Amino acid sequence: MAKTFKKPEALSDQTTHYCPGCTHGIAHRLIAEVIDELGIRGRTVGIAPVGCAVLAYNYFTFDFQEAAHGRAPAMATGIKRVRPDLVVFTYQGDGDLASIGMGEIIHAANRGEKFTSIFVNNTVYGMTGGQMAPTTLPDQRTTTSPAGRKVEEVGMPIKVAELISALQTPAFVARQAVLKPKYIVRAKKAIKKAFQYQLDGRCFSLVELISTCPTNWGLTSWEAVKWAEEKMIPYFPLGEYKTPE
Amino acid sequence: MGRILMKGNEAIGEAAIRAGCLNYFAYPITPQSEVAEYLSRRMPEVGGVFLQGESEVAVGYMIFGAAGCGARVFTTSSSPGISLMSEALSYISGAECPAVFVNIMRGGPGLGGILPSQADYFQATKGGGHGDYRLLVMAPAGVQEAVEMVMKAFPLAEKYRNPVMILGDGLIGQMMEPVEFPDELKSEPSNNDDWATSGMETRKSSRRNLVKSLFLDSEQLEAHNRVLKAKYDRMRREEVRYEPYNLEADYKALIVSYGTMSRVCRTAVDILKVEGFEVGMVRPQTLFPFPEKAIEEAVRRESCKVAVSIEMSMGQMVEDVERSVRGRCPVEWFGKSGGDVPTPEEVIDAVKSFVKELI
Ligand SMILES: Cc1ncc(C[n+]2csc(CCOP(=O)(O)OP(=O)(O)O)c2C)c(N)n1
Ligand code: SF4
Ligand SMILES: [Mg+2]
Repeated sequence: MAKTFKKPEALSDQTTHYCPGCTHGIAHRLIAEVIDELGIRGRTVGIAPVGCAVLAYNYFTFDFQEAAHGRAPAMATGIKRVRPDLVVFTYQGDGDLASIGMGEIIHAANRGEKFTSIFVNNTVYGMTGGQMAPTTLPDQRTTTSPAGRKVEEVGMPIKVAELISALQTPAFVARQAVLKPKYIVRAKKAIKKAFQYQLDGRCFSLVELISTCPTNWGLTSWEAVKWAEEKMIPYFPLGEYKTPE
Repeated sequence: MGRILMKGNEAIGEAAIRAGCLNYFAYPITPQSEVAEYLSRRMPEVGGVFLQGESEVAVGYMIFGAAGCGARVFTTSSSPGISLMSEALSYISGAECPAVFVNIMRGGPGLGGILPSQADYFQATKGGGHGDYRLLVMAPAGVQEAVEMVMKAFPLAEKYRNPVMILGDGLIGQMMEPVEFPDELKSEPSNNDDWATSGMETRKSSRRNLVKSLFLDSEQLEAHNRVLKAKYDRMRREEVRYEPYNLEADYKALIVSYGTMSRVCRTAVDILKVEGFEVGMVRPQTLFPFPEKAIEEAVRRESCKVAVSIEMSMGQMVEDVERSVRGRCPVEWFGKSGGDVPTPEEVIDAVKSFVKELI
């Protein structure tokens, strides 16, 4: 019998440390499939963030560097500038990219650095126990906003895809979700486009992925998917925000 | 190119190119912005990479990324900028990547001033960033020596897979002196097939490489930190550099001084010699590893009554001098850190007063 479904070569055999129902694993798989399909494993360098995906390099089978919290875009810049032939991507959470690393992502995007950022938005700091993030929704309870995010004190959640696409230089900015199959198919397409644009020598590309953190949201896997669909997608609309002319 | 007159900052930039380093990332800050200005012109000429980052924080990680994928890379900054790069220095050391950082020191703390200083001695030699790591720190006393040290720094960084810091005071960057560039270092970065993220298909082996500093398991972290310690111990055995001065005489006092300050001290030693007042000097050229043995040996001289650390800080290197002297004689400090370099007369008065106190 022919094998019709197999693990991408770019993905390792290791069991992940992610919680049951966490969508980091789906994001990993999509990236691995795209890398396989584009045949670029031998010249790809990933940059792991500080966050739940800090050990991402254990789940991929190509070169990886591990960044400090938020600094992945600067590291990707360093690599891509000295080795333009490599395919480079950062994998970052919302605390990593939109809080401590906001400076690095904005400037890398604005310089038009020729790498790709995969941005996993799960509205909380998953790794450190579910604290408030720049993407936490209004009134959403977290361990540091026990009464809910008070927008009059800490402002509205940051819409990263919109923010980056407001810059003139980036080539491709999209937001998709890694929730149900219909979203996941579109998410993969966006990731593939982002890598393809990088291969074509286009400027910076970013794909924001609406994700879940069932553990810190205090929901079951399925409830978390529904919560993300009902609460996050209306605030963080899906689609392509910027495409090359 | 024979001897030419060059400003320290520009000579440092040129020296890196001659050492085969064609990758430079930096953020402007007085008193070393001329390095970036010079290299923004020179790097394109030699087909190199020049990028002005958005902050020293980002620059630190651009260096980390580039070093991690196996490129020869360097940056220059001054004190407040080095504070911001200290996080990256810790990560780069932890991940064992080679890179060269130049600190043309200005006065501190805080915004401090823009005049020369040596007040980042602790930051350079004792850490600055978090964790158990060391930088190999070299301190030039002139433009020619800065050139030579920058050129040596790259092979040393690669030998140890560790960041090397050139610690110069503002005068080293700002003054013009005649320089001659040693023969170009054409060597490729040493073989990094077994660790750099150069892309799997570009290397001979088929393994994939990871550049990281995270070791969640206590035994693994312990083992990793012991590997690092063994490297620092090897530096202590193999890389100590210093210049002795007037140590043949029967000196009453031993001066320990580095960088621009040591040049003033040398003048003071010469003036005192004419008066018949002998003073010896050890000038550390490496601050880590520190020339402990040379200093300990020098104070064993029967005539030597006191060791004096003379530095443009409120007393930092003096702690290493005390450590080196091991209680064999009193240790004193003299210095200034507002931005004025002490004069030979001030040095002479200080040394004489320390010796007199002991008689
Ligand atoms: C400089 C620094 N500050 C704080 C931390 C602690 N820390 C680790 S992960 C993290 C938040 C990660 O959240 P996010 O980026 O959203 O990733 P997630 O875990 O949700 O995937 C924080 C604050 C750190 N490691 N380094
Ligand atoms: S804490 Fe949240 S983001 Fe982290 S692995 Fe668990 S579910 Fe995923
Ligand atoms: Mg998060």
